[in-house]
Formats: sequence, C-alpha cells, structure tokens
Amino acid sequence: MATSSTPPFIAFDQSLLPTPSTIDVRGIVRRHGAVLAVDQVSFQVRRGEFFSILGPSGAGKTSVLRMLAGFEDPDEGDLLIDGQSMLGVPPNRRPVNLVFQSYALFPHLTVFENVAFGLKMRRVASALIEAQVRQALTMVKLFGKEARRPAQLSGGEQQRVALARALVNKPAVVLLDEPLAALDQQLRQAMQVELKSIQQQAGLTCVCVTHHQEEAMMMSDRIAVMHQGRMWQVGSPREVYERPCNLFVSRFLGVSNELPGRMGGPIGEDRLFQPIDADQPPLTVRTLTSEQAGRPATLSLRPEQLRMARERPMTSGPVLSGRIEKVLFAGSDTKYLVRVGPERVWETRMTSDASLPSFTAGDPVFLHWSLPDGRLFFE
Amino acid sequence: MPDHDRASPHAPGRSSCRSCWLAAPGLLWMGLLFLAPLGLVFAISFASRGTYGGIVWEFTAANYLDLLHPLYGKILGQSLWYASLTTAICFVLGFPLAYVIARSPARWQPVLLLLVMLPFWTNFLVRTYAWMILLRQDGLANRFLMGLGVVDAPLELLYTPTAVVIGLVYGYLPFMVLPLYVAVERLDPLLVEAAWDLYASRWSVFTRVVVPLTMPGIVGGCVLVFIPSIGAFITPDLLGGARSMMIGNLIQHEYLVVRDWPLGSAVSFVLMAIVMAAVVLYYRHAGRTAETLEGR
Repeated sequence: MATSSTPPFIAFDQSLLPTPSTIDVRGIVRRHGAVLAVDQVSFQVRRGEFFSILGPSGAGKTSVLRMLAGFEDPDEGDLLIDGQSMLGVPPNRRPVNLVFQSYALFPHLTVFENVAFGLKMRRVASALIEAQVRQALTMVKLFGKEARRPAQLSGGEQQRVALARALVNKPAVVLLDEPLAALDQQLRQAMQVELKSIQQQAGLTCVCVTHHQEEAMMMSDRIAVMHQGRMWQVGSPREVYERPCNLFVSRFLGVSNELPGRMGGPIGEDRLFQPIDADQPPLTVRTLTSEQAGRPATLSLRPEQLRMARERPMTSGPVLSGRIEKVLFAGSDTKYLVRVGPERVWETRMTSDASLPSFTAGDPVFLHWSLPDGRLFFE
Repeated sequence: MPDHDRASPHAPGRSSCRSCWLAAPGLLWMGLLFLAPLGLVFAISFASRGTYGGIVWEFTAANYLDLLHPLYGKILGQSLWYASLTTAICFVLGFPLAYVIARSPARWQPVLLLLVMLPFWTNFLVRTYAWMILLRQDGLANRFLMGLGVVDAPLELLYTPTAVVIGLVYGYLPFMVLPLYVAVERLDPLLVEAAWDLYASRWSVFTRVVVPLTMPGIVGGCVLVFIPSIGAFITPDLLGGARSMMIGNLIQHEYLVVRDWPLGSAVSFVLMAIVMAAVVLYYRHAGRTAETLEGR
C-alpha cells in the first residue's frame, strides 16, 4: 500500500477517554438451590476506586465477591476484569486477590512466606520476591516481623499481613471481605484511616464487602447498597445517604425519622402532606413529580436535618410539635428522642455544648427543617 | 502414670494418690503378662538353641549376627518393601477418600465413617479367605478381567507378592482413612481458597498447604498402616505362599517349625526396633507440627 493512500492520521487525545472500568459486572444472577442469592446485579468499578458493597447479612454481597474472586460462577450474566470475561477462569488465573474476613493466613508459614506466597506461585525471581515483600511489609508497618508466625501476631498485625499478602501481587483489584470486622472498635477506626491511606498511596482498586455503614461511608469513593440479592442504589456516600432511593436504603444508611401520610393539594409551588398516625396538622413537602392527591407516602428526615426549638419557629416551612421523651448523652453529641405521635418517636442530635439551651425530658418542643430536606417515598 | 491424678481437679496435691491403688490391677496385669514375658523373650534372644530345640542359657549375640545372612536379609527387606508399598498405596487411595468424607455434609460424615469401619465387623481371617476365592485362577477377579477382554488367559494372582499387597491394603486402609479424616476435618477450607486465590494451581495447593497442614494425620495414618503391615502374618501366609515370606511368618516359622526360639526372639526384637523407630518418628513429627501451629 502506497504511503499517499493511507488515511490522514487523526490525533487522539487519550485523556478525553472516560476512566476505564477495571470491573464490569453485567446482569449476574446466582442461585443457591431455590434461593436467588444474587438477582440481576450490574455495576462498574473504576481504576483506583474504593468501591463498597453494603448490605445486611444475607443480602448476597459475599456471593458477588466470591464470583469476582472466582470461587463461584454466575448462573447468568457476565463479569469482566480489565475488559476480559472471567467466566470459567479459575481463581488462580484471575488478576484479583482476596483479603479474607478471618484473614486465612497460612499457619505453617512465617509472615514473610505468607506474603511471598503469591509471588512464589507466579515464579517471580527470588531476589525480586525479597524486595517486593519487604516493600509490602513496610507499607503495612510490619517491617521486622518477617520471621514471626501468624499465631504470634495480634489481630491487628494479622490483618496487616493479610493485606500485604494481597497487595504485594499488585492485582488489578483487591477484594476485601468485611476486612475490619474481626478487630475491636478502637483498632477498627485506626485501621479504617490506614487502609484508606494505603489504598490511595498504592493506587489500589478495591471492592469491599461490609455491613458496617459508617465504615463504608468513611472509606469508599462509591457505595452500592444490596438487599435481598438486588443492588438498589450505587453512588457516592453522600448521594446514597442524602438521597436514598427507597426506605430500605434510607434506614440502612442511618437513622431515618419517618412519618407516613397522604399527599394533599398544592400550596404554591409545593404540596401539602397529611400525616396519618400522628395527630399533626398538614406539613409542606416538596416533590419533583406530580403525585395524585390521596396517594400514600412516607416522609423521611435525617436526625441532623432537624432543628429543635422551645417556641413555634417563625417559619413558613414544615414544623412538627412533640415532647422530649429521652435525653441520651453520648459524649460530643446528645441524642434527643422526641415523641411526635402516639406510635412515633423521632431522633435528633445536638452538639453537647454547655452554652446552648439545654432540653430535658418532658419538655414540649417543635421540630423544623428546611423544605428540600424532607424526602418522600411512595409505595 | 501418676499424671492423671494431677489432671483431676477434685483431688489436687498430695491427697490425690489415695485413688492410686485403683491402677494396681492394670499395672499388675501389664507387668506380669507383658513386661515380664518381653524381658524373657529379650533374654532368650541372647541364648542359643539346644540340639532338640530347647534353650541353652549361654550368652551369645550369634542370633542377631545370623540375621545378617542374605536369606534373612531378603525376608526383612521384602517385609519393609511390602509394608512401605502398602502404606504408599493406602495413602494414595485413602487421602481423597478422607478428604471427601471430611468435606461432605456434616450429617453424612458419621455414616461414611461407619462404612469405612464396616469391614472390621467381620473376622479378618474370614475376609482373607474371601480374597483367596476372589484371586484364585477361576476366581471372580480373573473372570471379570477375561470377561472385559483385558486378558486372554487367567492371571496368576494368588500366592504372589501382588496378592499380599492387595490383602494388606484391603486390611489396613481404614487405619489410614481415620487419622487423615481427622486432619482434613480440622483444615480450614478458607486456607485452600486463600492459596488458590494466590495463584497456586490445584497441585500446589495440595503440596504447599493441604499436605503441610494435615501432616500429623498423614504421619499418623502411615504409622498405623506400616506397623501392622510389617508384622503381618495371616495375609502373607494365606495369600502369599512360600515365596512372599514376611517377618511375621519368619517368627512363626522359627518358633513353631524349626523350634529355634532364640533366633525367633531375635527376629521379634528386630521387628520391635523397626516399629519403635516408626513410632518415634511419628511423635517427633507430631510434636514439631503442633509447636509450629501454636506459634511456640
């Protein structure tokens, strides 16, 4: 072919491409007998992202993780890692490494041998193994404990070995199964920060399964909420917390103060909402959709969106009246449980600041919030 | 012996030995009927044979030196070879069996273990006779092989070393399966998954994780098969014929046929030494593995 007939070269700016997805899960289904453990789940994980799958136990999140690792295969759907379908590829041929909840460290091997295991299996030169294992151990702050056996380490140290054993292989994705669940509260909080900083420092792509919503929110770039085999919502921690797609997500991610009622007529740009089981006057609500009057709905608010006052506030926004039932001092915060209806107690929080007006149990109070904060969920 | 008193929480300190006399009948039994005869056999092994088969009490090491004779050496070597081969075959057959049992649903495990133990409910001699019927010229084994067209003429199976090893494997396989089952049952399945996840092939998972972590069971099973195999006497006698003599047969031969009690005693002690070596090996290994796993 003559040079003159080659089509003109078109300059292509790589940076214009969207960040490539490391993981692309497409409609996977997994049955355990008659039970649908994973039901049509799809999601993508970007390179360098910390992605958490959050849900109560039995939600199917561990099944998703095991399918990514290769211990289980989906009954339907496809699963791609770096553009390659992983169907039928055994765990030892997948570019992923799993950090087990119980760590699953080899008890007959030293810390060094545990961390070196993956490299050895891939027949990396021993000089290289030496250097990389030391680097990984330094990263997790275990340098100098190479010769110990897992049984000689504390729980936190074992956790670090498990992490080092995975990240030393520089996998495309590190899979974390409830990584901090076995640690006590204080260590857990310290490790959350550390795990996140290791992830960012090493540029790891992580998929983490957890039932701990606070942990997921603190560590993740994005969260996927799973329940009964389905993935209900995927988004940034703030998105899923502040704009949950349904009542389950709302309740699972934090305290959801709820009030069931019916849609009323328009009031200016907004709508009226008539609570049913509480003896309260209609409230103003804002909705983007034009719902029929009379349609049942549930109003939900986060504790920190509520403000509490002794006097009825001079506002045109929504106000609920109630009576303080309990005051729970929790250190930096104080929780107030406010009865707003015969069957309904709402929770709100205030900073435990001595200079602020203090409330005691039995006080009649008014709860109010800014109109856009109130979220409506329809059946 | 007195260790069990210390372990008892109800009888601490000195008062504990009040119940020591309960051990007396057992101790007496063992001392009288085991230790004393053993000492006697040991003494006889250094005596010499009288002209008509009696014992002449003259100290000599000749019996042990006689065992260096190629004929005895051959029997000894043959026994070691049959016992080792039996142990190896039992391991190869027994490991997958133990693994499957240990990884089967919990409610099935007792049933499967019972099935492994079932042959013990029948007399060993009867079962060995059954093998004679199976392995003889017009036996089931030959008819089966000829029916399949694998062989044209019946194979000579009975009265061969092959028959001896078949009989030994058949007899002692359960002794391999049981300790292996216990070891595999204790092995955390997550460790297998972890190795697999860390790029180990199935073979590497087996050699680098499963074998080291089930080593106490492997050594235990091997010792339990090796010891009765090397001392076997009914199996080689009935299935092996004269060509496949083992130590057990030699001892019987010396005592009852040749009536050379001193030589028979010497052979017995050589056999005991081999067995002891196997046991020591076992305890050494079991102890070391326990230390490793407990991180001492």
